[in-house]
Amino acid sequence: MAEIKCVELCKTYRQGDAIIKALDHVSLDIEQGAFICLSGPSGSGKTTLLNMIGGLDALDSGEISIDGQRVDLLEKGALADLRLHHIGFVFQSYNLIPVLSARENVEFVMQVQGVPAAERRRKSMAILEEVGLKDMEGRRPSQLSGGQQQRVAVARAIVSQPKLVLADEPTANLDSVSAKHLMELFVELNQNHRVTFLISTHDERVMRYAQRLVRMRDGKVVSDEIQISD
Amino acid sequence: MTLSLSMAWRNLWRHSRRTWLTVTAMVFSNVLLVFMIALQFGTYDMMIENTLKAFSGHLQVQAEGYQDNPKLRTSIPAVTALVDELQRALPEAEVAGRAAAFALASSEQRSFGIQLIGVQPGVEPHVSSIPNLVRRGRYLERDDVAEIVLGSVMARNLKADVGSEITLLGSGRDGSFAAGIVTVVGVFESGSSDMDRSFAEVPLAWFQDTFTMGDHGNSIAIALGDLAEVPAAVQSAKSVIGTREGLVVVDWNTLHPGLRQAIQADLSSGWFMYGVLIILVAFSVLNTQLMSVMERTREFGVISALGIRPRRLAALVLLETALMALIGLALGLCLGWLVSLYFSINGFSYPGMEEVAARYSLPGAMYPSITVGTMLLGPIVVFGFCLLAALYPALRLYRLRPVAAMRAA
Repeated sequence: MAEIKCVELCKTYRQGDAIIKALDHVSLDIEQGAFICLSGPSGSGKTTLLNMIGGLDALDSGEISIDGQRVDLLEKGALADLRLHHIGFVFQSYNLIPVLSARENVEFVMQVQGVPAAERRRKSMAILEEVGLKDMEGRRPSQLSGGQQQRVAVARAIVSQPKLVLADEPTANLDSVSAKHLMELFVELNQNHRVTFLISTHDERVMRYAQRLVRMRDGKVVSDEIQISD
Repeated sequence: MTLSLSMAWRNLWRHSRRTWLTVTAMVFSNVLLVFMIALQFGTYDMMIENTLKAFSGHLQVQAEGYQDNPKLRTSIPAVTALVDELQRALPEAEVAGRAAAFALASSEQRSFGIQLIGVQPGVEPHVSSIPNLVRRGRYLERDDVAEIVLGSVMARNLKADVGSEITLLGSGRDGSFAAGIVTVVGVFESGSSDMDRSFAEVPLAWFQDTFTMGDHGNSIAIALGDLAEVPAAVQSAKSVIGTREGLVVVDWNTLHPGLRQAIQADLSSGWFMYGVLIILVAFSVLNTQLMSVMERTREFGVISALGIRPRRLAALVLLETALMALIGLALGLCLGWLVSLYFSINGFSYPGMEEVAARYSLPGAMYPSITVGTMLLGPIVVFGFCLLAALYPALRLYRLRPVAAMRAA
């Protein structure tokens, strides 16, 4: 799982009278276990590309397949199942469920997956310990700092061990220490659990962790480079 | 408690004032429905009891065909013996034999057609309320021979009063000419103009003698303590008349076909009013849940992006509504039951009701009927309509597009 092929992806949005080309014939191959950063200025199409791969939005044209399965042809329910069981999302603005505690937010997806309560609890506590929030399991999102919320969001995204994690500007609201911890966690998961990471960012510090850096501008891929780690 | 349930519960209290306002509307309507329905059914019970106690009794033994075509000749043989047998079989009930014929009643000045009933003076006061409604003179007594009790309108029409003599002319059971003179001993006022205009009662023995009935009668009225006893009493009466050919047992439903229709008509108009109330509550729920869903568009977008199918989101909204409606149901039911209980003990009346009722020997207050049905009917319908009202906000989530929803402010 998590060998991704994007072929000639096109997506346009209408903004008033103007038509914005969010993706303009984007093609990309992502191998299993890759750690890729999408970089580029705002409006370059990074988030749109993540949304398309995650089946959150519909393409105008083009094909996306994950492990040979055409994502762009799946109906709504099947897309939801794909996201539930195989993809973890980390959003820029955390997007935790405000009425649930940190632990419950982490457990939520597992509950829908049908994981037994005891196992849910064990896994969620283990992952919260891994992201350094074991003592804050009972706190609601409003009682956590931005960095803590983002770590809960990461814990939620990876707790059920998806093969692919799509992270949209995960460090945008974090201080440098929290951003460093988060990226180290991503790298650890990538190296030890072969989780594929596709991260959109314009943070140079994040880009340094990537094995491959894809630069985008005006909905197009302008460069695709393999990075040699220090 | 599952995570979904606790999530639904917590979501409810994110805007506690709004939730409480909606719950209050539910409680108010449930209290009103519980009490009004209980009072309505209590009034029907009272209406039925009063109608049956007035004259017919809860059930009757009649000759076959008498109910549809009441003729003097369609009669019950050995009626007094059968009355005794029925009384033994139904010791808690009151049993009275009767005969009935049309006759021409003449006073010194006027003549009118009347419905003449032969009654057993000793037991009739236990079966019918007419003996208690005598306004002038007295009711018939065991030793009376040729006495009569008239309705007040009839007495006025005949210009007769206590002590007057009335000549009765009719046709006997064998077709012979039936005639007799009776003395007025009492005048009753039932409150029913039909009865007061056309009813008169004489001792059964005099009736049988005058109308050549022998020991025949036309009906045996049986009065019970409660409507609920009717089915068992019908069975007992049937087993008593078992082998006697040509006799049937008819219950109050058959005796008064119009009574149930009147109740059903009244129920329909009542439900129209209740329907308006329920729809208002349903709209309040629709408003609350629609606002709640629209406010949480972004949150639902996130949940959807995590891979939760729309039906689970819809189920969450319905669960929230169900919890809210359950609170409304529980509180409304408890308060409604307490209000109904209070009035079932103390009675519910309005100014002047007691005076009017006392004149006609009727209860001076209405008493709510507290049964599982009257208590739960209204709240369950409200609960159902609340869920129905939440369907629209819930179904909107099926059209949710995660990206657009997450962009929502």
